[in-house]
Amino acid sequence: MSELTLTVMRLGFLAVLWLFVIVAVQVIRSDLFGTKVVQRTAAAGRRNGAGAVPTGRQQPPQQREARGQQTQGNGRPRRGGPTQLVVVQGSLAGTTVALQGQTITLGRAHDSTIVLDDDYASSRHARIYPDQTGQWIVEDLQSTNGTYLDRTRLTSPTPLQPGAAIRIGRTVIELRK
Amino acid sequence: MSAPATATIVPQGAPNRRNTELVLLVLAVLIPLFAYADTGLAMDDRVPAGMAEYGLGMGLFALLAHLAVRRFAPYADPLMLPIAALLNGLGLVFIWRLDKARQLAHNFPAAQNQLIWTGLGVALFIGVMALLKDHRLLQRYTYIAGLVALVLLAIPAFMPARASDFGAKIWIHLGGFSIQPGEFVKIVLPVFFAGYLMAKRDALALASRRFLGLYLPRGRDLGPIIAVWLLSLLILVFETDLGTSLLFFGAFVIMLYVATERTSWIVFGLLMAGLGFWAVSGAEAHVQSRITDWLHPLTAAPGGGGVGQIGQSLFALGAGGVLGTGLGQGHSWLIGFAAKSDFILGTIGEELGLAGLMALFLLYALLVERGLRTALAARDPFGKLLAVGLSGAFALQVFIVAGGVTGTIPLTGMTLPFMAQGGSSVITNWALVAILLKISDVARRPAPVPETAAEPTQVVGPS
Repeated sequence: MSELTLTVMRLGFLAVLWLFVIVAVQVIRSDLFGTKVVQRTAAAGRRNGAGAVPTGRQQPPQQREARGQQTQGNGRPRRGGPTQLVVVQGSLAGTTVALQGQTITLGRAHDSTIVLDDDYASSRHARIYPDQTGQWIVEDLQSTNGTYLDRTRLTSPTPLQPGAAIRIGRTVIELRK
Repeated sequence: MSAPATATIVPQGAPNRRNTELVLLVLAVLIPLFAYADTGLAMDDRVPAGMAEYGLGMGLFALLAHLAVRRFAPYADPLMLPIAALLNGLGLVFIWRLDKARQLAHNFPAAQNQLIWTGLGVALFIGVMALLKDHRLLQRYTYIAGLVALVLLAIPAFMPARASDFGAKIWIHLGGFSIQPGEFVKIVLPVFFAGYLMAKRDALALASRRFLGLYLPRGRDLGPIIAVWLLSLLILVFETDLGTSLLFFGAFVIMLYVATERTSWIVFGLLMAGLGFWAVSGAEAHVQSRITDWLHPLTAAPGGGGVGQIGQSLFALGAGGVLGTGLGQGHSWLIGFAAKSDFILGTIGEELGLAGLMALFLLYALLVERGLRTALAARDPFGKLLAVGLSGAFALQVFIVAGGVTGTIPLTGMTLPFMAQGGSSVITNWALVAILLKISDVARRPAPVPETAAEPTQVVGPS
């Protein structure tokens, strides 16, 4: 076999080997950049803080602003009533959930509206829901460590005033206007 | 606080990547065929006679494995199987090429056996794919897995020492052939660790005091890490197998770190590994000689002849240069010992050069990355920990053997996954890839669409 052929084959083999590596990396690219950030539609505005990690890298800032304005225009069940639920302490601090008349469940279970990553929370810990008049009610779902409204432990469904702190384990949640 | 800015993140593109996998798999079969032809042309001036059979055989294995994935794990990761097939195919070519280096000491044909083992490995791969419906089933066998691992690890220590084992007692000899139980433990032990840590991670992570910026765990929580440490030391003392001991302890520390998110475990792990290594190296002559070899690779071996094993492999790597001597054109017979198993990297480095070696390491890195990526995507904590443990053990094994051959760390006998000669290693690694693929299938499977208008994961932007 001539020297030239062997050299060509030697370099050719290395090239093919690297080609495979490059193709493989191309396949991975879809994993690294393959998520699409979709603007939320007003109708489907639920389950905001389901324990997701905000990456924020993929979203351009102006898009973010636009979305913020849109969410603010969402339905308000009662004029002057609270519009959002804010986690003010705990590992989810900063998470907000828009209130649109739906029941909000809190707990460690994965299907909760707010998935609490808190060792003192039960899997279905508490729920917050509006009654017929639109008044928001907090109810403890027989959790192990209890739900506290300000300093008192809840024993029955209790009306919730904006600004009152609900404490579950290390997590503190407030209704805000 | 301003109005909440929320967005929905959905994965793009079809989640089922089986066609991508098929294309890559075709490449992964063709590349070793190219290598095979190249080696034959360089060594014998003709295309090897067994080329068609070899190509058909590897193609058939790959096709069967692919069909199994298509059938039983349709959403699995598209990269792992092609990379495994490519590494295995290249390994076969190199073993065949070393079979032809007649001057090699103790040379007997191994490629045929390795091909049979590959077939068994692929059969096990398909078996795991078909029979393991869900990786969470493994969680039921947490403590059984721990027991099995202990027994498998302990057996070789009670086997009579044999001259042909070169110091390390890691084989079980059964009739005509021998198996290396340590390889199987590489899968069984992560199952135990994952199950155990899942149950205990809260105690390990939370019940701690802060001291000098480190979280010190409570005394009773230190129990398991000390037990594993003692176990790995016992392996080291009774079986003089540095690699296996390092592999298990390392995999345990990695999983402990992932389970608890406490950096202090890594600090502890490194300290304990260093301490144990230092203590044993003073007492064990075998370990001591390995360290001497590592520190002075170019001094003559005490048994006479030229430089020691590490010196030989370093010369092989040096002779390869950047682009290598070309397949079949190296001087691999100069590597006198274990050229097809532990030192196969020396031949690869010589014939493919730095460029080929880097491509190879990248392939290993990609495989490990896919494993870790699977762990990130997995929804259940057991699957997460298992994927981390399996890919961590795989990565450590590559590091230990490659580090040893290149003189980075003291050499210990380990097989380079998929490439080196060794039946136990090949079938274990195929099973390992199968389990990772099963986990990734569950992790990447799109969530069933609920009745209500629930949405995919929501992200709350900083307000």
